[in-house]
Amino acid sequence: MPRPEQLLHTRVWRGGTDGQFQSYDVPRQESQTVLDVVTWIQRRVDPSLAYRFACRVGMCGSCAMTVNGLPRWTCRTHVARVAPDDRLEIAPLANLPIVRDLVVDMREFFDKWREAKGQFVPTATRHDPIARVCPDSPARRAADAAIQCIGCAVCYASCDVVAWNPKYLGPAALNRAWTLVRDERDGERRQRLSAVVGDAGCHACHTHTLCTERCPMHLSPTTSIAGLKRAAAIAALRGEL
Amino acid sequence: MSPRGEMRVWLAQRATAAVLAVCVTVHLVTLIVAVHGGLSAAAILGRTRGSPGWMTFYAVFVVCAAIHAPLGLRTIAAEWLSWRGRAADAACTAFGIVVLVLGFRAVAAVTL
Repeated sequence: MPRPEQLLHTRVWRGGTDGQFQSYDVPRQESQTVLDVVTWIQRRVDPSLAYRFACRVGMCGSCAMTVNGLPRWTCRTHVARVAPDDRLEIAPLANLPIVRDLVVDMREFFDKWREAKGQFVPTATRHDPIARVCPDSPARRAADAAIQCIGCAVCYASCDVVAWNPKYLGPAALNRAWTLVRDERDGERRQRLSAVVGDAGCHACHTHTLCTERCPMHLSPTTSIAGLKRAAAIAALRGEL
Repeated sequence: MSPRGEMRVWLAQRATAAVLAVCVTVHLVTLIVAVHGGLSAAAILGRTRGSPGWMTFYAVFVVCAAIHAPLGLRTIAAEWLSWRGRAADAACTAFGIVVLVLGFRAVAAVTL
């Protein structure tokens, strides 16, 4: 448990791409999260500090930042776990344009979900009976394993291929596409596979597994992308692509 | 190149990688066995020259290397140098042709 007078030496990114780190001393508290630290600075020291958060319980995916060099969801990241020496450096997520301070522009991240055809396309209408999907089928199990993404962009900020190839769809969009490819109710499997193959799609992945290593929801986009490669290869051999 | 073309390129590189894994293993094991067995260069050439088996094996090895290596260089050029497009493709194709020619020259030297 931290002593009451104990201070956390915090450096926070201020400004846009050409900004710089600014130092703040923040009192340590028990069970303090990185988001608590940012909020303390914004409420007690500098109200102009821009950052993004909503739920504070690890559901909305809006509070991800770079904490001591690694992308993390700040609302569920305890200071004690990432700053044992009471030093914290908080920056905006990598691989996305900085708007101001700790806020990044998420447009390209979500645009890529659309490019990867991340929308469910139903094959039935509301007048049809409810689809009976066996929860134990291999396809459903594969989709379920990847479905809990909260869209925090931690994987996107971790990915070297995104940094090298700005057109690359990224782990989250491809993971989303995989859940739909394995959804037996979806009606655009072939079109979706066409959208996610190639140099900007699943075939650009080098299997570095940083997305899987850092996903706060413990998903494995790497496995999903490997699944897409496999599904695309089978479809191509059958002449469907 | 179209996404479908890119996928075929990826498949070609993966397929040749699988063949190369076997070829490299056989090549290295043969090399070690030959050296430890005390075979001279003349003795080795005596076994490889006129052998359809070794000729086929190394011809397959060369063809796979000539496909696999340029495709890898193409990816490195795109990701590390941001060099993409027709010029990069042409350069990698030229490199593949050089590998093919030099490779077949070596195969001819030890099997014909």
